[in-house]
Amino acid sequence: MANYEWPAADKRSLIGKRISRVDGPQKTTGRAKYTYDQNPRGMLYGKIVRSPHAHAKIVSIDTSAAEKHPGVKAVELMTEPGKEIFWAGDELVALAAVDETSAEDAARLVKIQYEVLPHFVSDAEPPADVPVGGPLSENEIRSMVTTLQVPVGQVVSRVQSDGITFTPKEEDLEQAKKNGMPDALIDAIRKAKVVPPGKGGTYKKVAAQTQGDPDKGFSESEVVSEGIYGSPVITHCCLESHGAMSEWPDPEHLFVHISTQNVSGIPGQMSEPLKMPATNIRVHQDHVGGGFGSKFSVDSWGIVSAKLSKKAGGKPVKIMLDRRAELEVAGARPSAYARVKVGAKKDGTLVAWEHSGWGTGGVGGGGAPPLPYIVNVPNQKKQHTAISNNIGSARAWRAPNHPQAAVITMGALEDLAAKLNMDPVDFFLKNIELTSPRAKIYAEEIRKGDELIGWKKNWRPRGESPGPVKRGLGMSIHTWGGRGHNSECDFTINPDGSVSVKLGSQDLGTGTRTCIQMVAADSLGVPFDAVKVELGDTQYPPSGGSGGSTTIGGVSSSTRRGAIDALNQLFAKVAPALNAKPEELEAVNGTVRVASDTKRSLPWKQACAKLGAMPVTARGVNKSGMTPDLTNSGVGGVQMADVSVDTETGIVKVNKMVAVQDCGLVIDLKTAESQVYGALIMGIAYSLYEEKIMDEQTGRMLNANMEFYRLTGIGDFGELVVHMMTGPGYDERGVIGLAEPPTVSPGAAISNAVANAIGVRVPFLPLTPDRVLAALEGKEARRAAL
Amino acid sequence: MRPFEFASAKTKAQAVGLLGTSFDQAEVLAGGSDLLALMKDDVVHPKRLVSIQGITELREVKPSEAGLTIGALRTLDELAHDQEIARRYPALAWALGEAASPQIRNVATLGGNLCQRPRCWYFRGGHGLLAKGPSGESLVIKGDNRYHAILGNQGPAYFVSPSTIAPVLTAYGAKVRIHGPKGDREVTVEKFYRAPQSDTEREHDLQPNEIVTEVVIPKASGTQAAAYEVRQKEAFDWPFATACAVLKMSGGRVESARIVLGHVAPVPWVSEMAARSIRGKSVTAETAAAAGQAAVESAIALSRNKFKIQLARVAVARALLEASKATAAA
Repeated sequence: MANYEWPAADKRSLIGKRISRVDGPQKTTGRAKYTYDQNPRGMLYGKIVRSPHAHAKIVSIDTSAAEKHPGVKAVELMTEPGKEIFWAGDELVALAAVDETSAEDAARLVKIQYEVLPHFVSDAEPPADVPVGGPLSENEIRSMVTTLQVPVGQVVSRVQSDGITFTPKEEDLEQAKKNGMPDALIDAIRKAKVVPPGKGGTYKKVAAQTQGDPDKGFSESEVVSEGIYGSPVITHCCLESHGAMSEWPDPEHLFVHISTQNVSGIPGQMSEPLKMPATNIRVHQDHVGGGFGSKFSVDSWGIVSAKLSKKAGGKPVKIMLDRRAELEVAGARPSAYARVKVGAKKDGTLVAWEHSGWGTGGVGGGGAPPLPYIVNVPNQKKQHTAISNNIGSARAWRAPNHPQAAVITMGALEDLAAKLNMDPVDFFLKNIELTSPRAKIYAEEIRKGDELIGWKKNWRPRGESPGPVKRGLGMSIHTWGGRGHNSECDFTINPDGSVSVKLGSQDLGTGTRTCIQMVAADSLGVPFDAVKVELGDTQYPPSGGSGGSTTIGGVSSSTRRGAIDALNQLFAKVAPALNAKPEELEAVNGTVRVASDTKRSLPWKQACAKLGAMPVTARGVNKSGMTPDLTNSGVGGVQMADVSVDTETGIVKVNKMVAVQDCGLVIDLKTAESQVYGALIMGIAYSLYEEKIMDEQTGRMLNANMEFYRLTGIGDFGELVVHMMTGPGYDERGVIGLAEPPTVSPGAAISNAVANAIGVRVPFLPLTPDRVLAALEGKEARRAAL
Repeated sequence: MRPFEFASAKTKAQAVGLLGTSFDQAEVLAGGSDLLALMKDDVVHPKRLVSIQGITELREVKPSEAGLTIGALRTLDELAHDQEIARRYPALAWALGEAASPQIRNVATLGGNLCQRPRCWYFRGGHGLLAKGPSGESLVIKGDNRYHAILGNQGPAYFVSPSTIAPVLTAYGAKVRIHGPKGDREVTVEKFYRAPQSDTEREHDLQPNEIVTEVVIPKASGTQAAAYEVRQKEAFDWPFATACAVLKMSGGRVESARIVLGHVAPVPWVSEMAARSIRGKSVTAETAAAAGQAAVESAIALSRNKFKIQLARVAVARALLEASKATAAA
């Protein structure tokens, strides 16, 4: 029986070490080719005509002038007269021309008549008298069942009475069933009346949910804190925008380069709209310049690039979104705000929680964040209103709903701790059992964070920092699942001793290639450089999309299994030469040897030569339910921020952030730490700068460029300290994903640090000078009124 | 891309000859960091670009007893590292080094920096310089005006003058030398800017067939100067408000002061009120704050930019405090 288990600490040659990513030199020298860089000879440039209106009906489309424009080779409609448009920037017509400027000029010649309809792009607090009800989107149903824990019976009757806003697909329902959605609800969705998007009203309210006895809880609370918290819609702002290049090598076969997080999943998405078998579609991608959850779909522009190419005789057609489109339509994180009331005993024991929340994810409404986040306050009452408005639709953004939930929950708890005159660290430790099942991990991580940022030494009660520039400390905790996805690889050992691993996964820039190479080399006892990893192509075995922190668990498990199986095939060929049985052999330190008599050994190359002419290939598979389970789910992390706030200008600077994170067995310590550094930098951006600013008058995004949609610069993030929890108690859990969890806490930790510094809560992110000064002014006004 | 002609001038006279009688006909191309972006975004669409990069005389920096003459084609990066500027006009050297990003400073020219178009997001979104909606109403007034003007904002222009260099040059009393069909003329940087009254006007005093050739800065020996920018990010971020103070000190007191604010009005905003407030006094936290208050006495907040009044006040106070501690210029 093959031993797939992860090697014990003393047997690991590479796993857990710091290895620089293999594609680093390629990327830093510009040799790495992204989809954006694909420019084969004869390639046509595709452009998309987009709606300037946030809400309109298409009256007519006239492409005749565009078709006649010199250089134009193909034109495709992406909508039709009579269709309703629900956000500015939605795709209407696509065309391809011999160069980019001809395509742009032709796009301007497309004449579209609109019947402009009233739009609504705000996500301000809904009126208090909004009744409970309204048709539900997929997201809303999912969050009612999961995060809001609405009883299934209630969801079923709501679906039956008010309908749904989407046309359910049988395969999605099957998947939902697999994920545990009850049959009664699936049945109700199947039979529900479908209300077209945009026709379900602006506000959709879920009936209040309770846990325990919130009224009694508040009456027993000795200290109650009330506040308002939230974060706005932000965009993914991928530095490589979304896009694809399609070509038809022959009329039956399609070849697509696409900027994606989901190489193996793309052919299946293209098959139906293009009415062709998925097996005739090859997808390839070497590198991707950011996805963050927004690049799982082939998207309408991916499909239309293939259609344009077909019309143009199969020539490659590349469509990459421009920055405005990237920010307006290619990904938004839903906003989430809440009025929160939370009560505790004088000793800090949490008793009761109540919130009324709202937010938007565009016309589909958007999901509700899981509140209260992690800290399971015994008595709860909660309510959420989804706002349906005319902004580009939401997409998954690293740890969907968690950062928003953390900002609201950790902010409310920090405010309560301040009212209790308690240090938040003591307050969290006091209530640590409410964070079950990871209470012990959080407690350890809080202690580590304290040590790294000097919390106990530096923390002062609110507003006690002297001078006009105030310093403060804040903290937050977070969690995520991160179990490995389904993944398959072909693991080959060649007679010359070389090794290859091929799989249809993708490296999002996180070090996936490097980690696979480490697992493969470690498993065979060969040097790191002996292994070649090839990924990013559908010619290789299918591997899951890189979302939800599922990649590392999936690819490391399939690689490990493939390696062990291939090695066993090798052992069978080598055993006679060592006068041993295959099961007596081990591969260690560049040799194949008899485990009990290590002098009987062959160097790796000589051992592989015993294969004769043919290499051995094993298919490594990871899927749920396998034994042993090499991956796991559920991590905890703690982050602490040290900020300075200039109270005269409202400008916040992050001096230092500490991230303490567990993710089970770490494959590459260096790329794992890098993942967390990146999350902190991205977190600082959404804490201080990022906001999708919508204009009520024009219905357009005002800052759809990188001058006013601002990201963290190299001088803006202070000192970052990352500590990975590894060793006994962590490693034996197996490999768990890391992409989402460290992005959850920065907003909450920084917001709390600012509140600690200036003595008042700045309710909403980003913490820009206008918001900080308004909060300080409110504090002054309250003081003056006393 | 709309088709356009590209013409390259070798002399000032050639450049003027290639320019037209309206900005639609031709625009001057120097570093191109703003103009090309405006063209890509279809905000401006000139029929001809006249490159002045070949006019080598516009690259010179000429010190003289009277001051310093800087060719309009000098890049911001070159000027930020210019020893003469650092010695004579330290506040200018600082502001040059803080402008935009290293990449932009490498290509952007001084003349281009002064002539760059406003960053108002309605203007950049294609609604015209005065940002009017379909029925002629101001999109700024009813819309999101968080970055717009708090001074000189009685309309119809509500944008803020974008250059962070212009307020500093204004404070030093610099002049812009302009070449046109009738030869050279000079105008103070202060008068170079104006708030347009109609969509056909520009935000500066430059005719469609004129080019900025030089900036002439008078001698500032003995002055103490500093500029301050209230900005969220360390680099590549537009400030909310800036201020520059150029002081002549005598016996620990301010004998005379030029105080100019940026990013608060459609033009670099010369504050006589602030200068008057500090004159004759030593610069302390209190007198600086009073001068800051004087600078914003006439400010009027739009619906979303009240915070900028506070930021302008602080910028003036901090520029004054820094100037009072600065070493006297050569």
